[in-house]
Amino acid sequence: MSTRSRITATALAAAVGMSALAACGAPGGGADAKTVTLVSHDSFNISKSVLSAFEKESGYKVRILKGGDAGKAVNQAILSKGNPQGDVFFGIDNTLLSRGLHEGLFSPYRAKGLADVPAGLQLDKGAHRVTPLDYGDICVNYDRGYFARHKTAPPKTFDDLLKPRYKGMLVTENSATSSPGLAFQLGTIAKYGQDGWQSYWKKLKANGVEVVDGWEQAYYERFTGSAAGKRKGDKPLVVSYASSPPAEVLGKKPAPKEAPTGVATGTCFRQIEFGGLLKGARNEKGGKALLDFLLSKKFQQDVPLQMFVNPAREDAAVPELFTKYGTRIDQPTTLPPGTITENREQWIKQWSSLVLK
Amino acid sequence: MVLARSEVVRGRRPRPVRGTAARLGLMAVPLAFFALFFAYPVAAIVGRGLKDGGRWQLGRFGSVLSDPDIVHVLWFTVWQAAASTALTLLIALPGAYVFARFDFPGKQLLRAVVAVPFVLPTVVVGSAFLALAGRGGLLDELWGLRLDTSVWAILLAHVFFNYAVVVRTVGGLWAQLDPRQEEAARMLGAGRFAAWRRVTLPALGPAVAAAALMVFLFTFTSFGVVQILGGPTFATLEVEIYRQTAEFLDLPTAAVLTMVQFAAVLGVLALHAWTVRRRETALRLVPASQTAHRPRGRGQWTLLWGTLAVITVLLIVPLLVLVERSFAGPDGYGAVFYTSLRSAGNADSTFAVAPLDALWNSLAYGAAATAIALVVGGLAAAALTLPRLGRGPSGRTALISRFVRGFDALLMLPLGVSAVTVGFGFLISLDTPPLDLRASWWLVPLAQALVGVPFVVRTMLPVLRAVDGRLREAAAVLGASPWRVWREVDLPMVRRALLIAAGFAFAVSLGEFGATVFIARPDQPTLPVAVARLLGRAGELNYGQAMALSTLLMVVCAGALLVLERLRPLDHSGEF
Repeated sequence: MSTRSRITATALAAAVGMSALAACGAPGGGADAKTVTLVSHDSFNISKSVLSAFEKESGYKVRILKGGDAGKAVNQAILSKGNPQGDVFFGIDNTLLSRGLHEGLFSPYRAKGLADVPAGLQLDKGAHRVTPLDYGDICVNYDRGYFARHKTAPPKTFDDLLKPRYKGMLVTENSATSSPGLAFQLGTIAKYGQDGWQSYWKKLKANGVEVVDGWEQAYYERFTGSAAGKRKGDKPLVVSYASSPPAEVLGKKPAPKEAPTGVATGTCFRQIEFGGLLKGARNEKGGKALLDFLLSKKFQQDVPLQMFVNPAREDAAVPELFTKYGTRIDQPTTLPPGTITENREQWIKQWSSLVLK
Repeated sequence: MVLARSEVVRGRRPRPVRGTAARLGLMAVPLAFFALFFAYPVAAIVGRGLKDGGRWQLGRFGSVLSDPDIVHVLWFTVWQAAASTALTLLIALPGAYVFARFDFPGKQLLRAVVAVPFVLPTVVVGSAFLALAGRGGLLDELWGLRLDTSVWAILLAHVFFNYAVVVRTVGGLWAQLDPRQEEAARMLGAGRFAAWRRVTLPALGPAVAAAALMVFLFTFTSFGVVQILGGPTFATLEVEIYRQTAEFLDLPTAAVLTMVQFAAVLGVLALHAWTVRRRETALRLVPASQTAHRPRGRGQWTLLWGTLAVITVLLIVPLLVLVERSFAGPDGYGAVFYTSLRSAGNADSTFAVAPLDALWNSLAYGAAATAIALVVGGLAAAALTLPRLGRGPSGRTALISRFVRGFDALLMLPLGVSAVTVGFGFLISLDTPPLDLRASWWLVPLAQALVGVPFVVRTMLPVLRAVDGRLREAAAVLGASPWRVWREVDLPMVRRALLIAAGFAFAVSLGEFGATVFIARPDQPTLPVAVARLLGRAGELNYGQAMALSTLLMVVCAGALLVLERLRPLDHSGEF
């Protein structure tokens, strides 16, 4: 008897504790006019000093929420549409853009400084539901050392990759599970058209392209140019980012003359990242201030070393790591966001049955 | 006199009713917890997928399940889980015997080390395993043997992960089986094998079945291992749910697959509950310390060395390769990746996180998750161990006892539901004040506690069941107050189990990745999240730092498990 009442009392005490705990969480979910919340993906970064400068100037406290990789973060935003987790979303790119616009995720706002963003990046011109904030290219990377040792020139274009001398040298990622893999496929679709890309991939397959599931495996395990892989890989060509060569130099002392890897400039697909004011934002005023800040020179100049992409503003200074070791891509391929959204799933399926089976 | 009064009390109120009330009282908190943080979010996301304009679209089941791609995924999921389970049993059962029956130096340490993979996040395990069996890995260098992107890599990684489950579940019981029973059978003329088959095997059977079912459950829902090692051609149901949800936002398909996985997991859990109940049949158990001895004779030494060799190659070497890589700097071995974690040029970034900070975040989340798991799991275990219900086969008690058994299985369900389903569920269901937890610090420990509770329950149950109710009654009869009964009778017996449960919940929380990566705040990444972020970037420095953080995580996990080994009571076998 007494045991029982003791147990019941414990249960009650615990129940009270649990509800107290739930209550504890509540204030975190509420919003006040002094806090502005940025929702983004895992790769979002910012210098602490730049962030605190904004907080001091504007009087807002910035809260950052991340939701996995880019695709997952966008889908999270779509699921919580109308009752968003925050005020501003950062990081919807051109491969997902029209899905977000179609769902009506964003309220229009013209951020200050848009005039300094090149027209080619402004994919929602006129409507201003989203603001271009940065861009990066996905390209075939090559191992300089390998091609120097073998006295061969590295490939430059998509067509080059079909040449017999590069047979069996390229490793790429699964389009269905990896965003660089998908971007590379989209690049070939942009280049060879909806009718031609499949025959390109047939030839690429015949030339020994290898597919692995994720970027980490492709880059660290298979690519000969990755220092972290202790150069045990067997593929001198890999689908990666245009910013990978500067990253290879990071932390090297003394700094080398040039990056150990290079970029095949004719194989690039451009990803542009946008930010926007979320519809239903609780702190719209703060959100607008935050968007202005994201397009400000101060933040834009912070972007390269934090996220390894290029600033959207033309007048933003780019650090030496990028200018010295990076490669400027002048003519990347790209596709209209609407076309990508319409065909995405079908293209991935076609690619899978063509290349994997 | 006192005795008489207690008789009176017992006479006035029939026992079953009181038992039921107390049981329901205890179950209230765990039920509320699971309803709020598991059932409701999962139902919300599944409902979103299966409902269209307020009407259920059950026709979806037919179209999804007849898709040849999906059929292929289903087939592969079942096939690889069965194969992984068989292989794990084959490799780990001798290990269970060795740990149960032999004494050798370093046994406690080794038992802790063997359990480390189980609580490590799959990102870390994936890279460790690739370092061993992948291209340019150790086996490749030595014998040109490569297993990446073959199904063997998946199977062996599953053995690596689940070895400890078998050793602990089966070995724990084996250590307590009285060897004299087998000896008696041999005295009576049975051969060595016949004696083992007739005496030991039947006693171990339910434990082996329970371990096999747990391994099957873990491998059936395998995600990270298959993603990292499987190459593009292999996908489990869990991977497919992730892809359909996170990549395509095809909620209807994801919902159908979630329901299929749910049904499969429920089936496995029902079988598991049944075998566990069978295990509770009377066995002659003795303290493990009495059954273990130094190996005798050539056969036993061979078995011991063989097991040690298997453990070394399969479990320890991948972990050591991880450590090796964390020290292999650009200019030879050194602690450069460790020191650079703090002093690198990007220290001003919200990305860069000092190892001590990530460690501290992990510990804080883990501690909170452990506290929640202990309250929820402890109360649940207590509810499940109250005295059996009245013998009268009235319809009501039968119903309640069935409900209690269902509750038992319910507690295990979070182990079988994908993190992305739970995560997206949180997002769309816990979104209105006062329960808008989407940005709350508590979200991470709550999600981690979901995974920790099953471990607490499984550890506490056997111990709580073993406390003899008559001891309490005797103490009460002798005039002890309820508080004193609890302090002097229950607490000493339960304290150790509670600590072990806490340790396990803590270690599992430390390693939890799927849900944490979804909801961890950027300024407070846990160690696994920080590792994954670093692995997602090119360059030797990022990779080396990822290895350094992984090593740190591994050391913390091993430390926690080693402490557990010291606390491990000699007279009980946990179910993990």
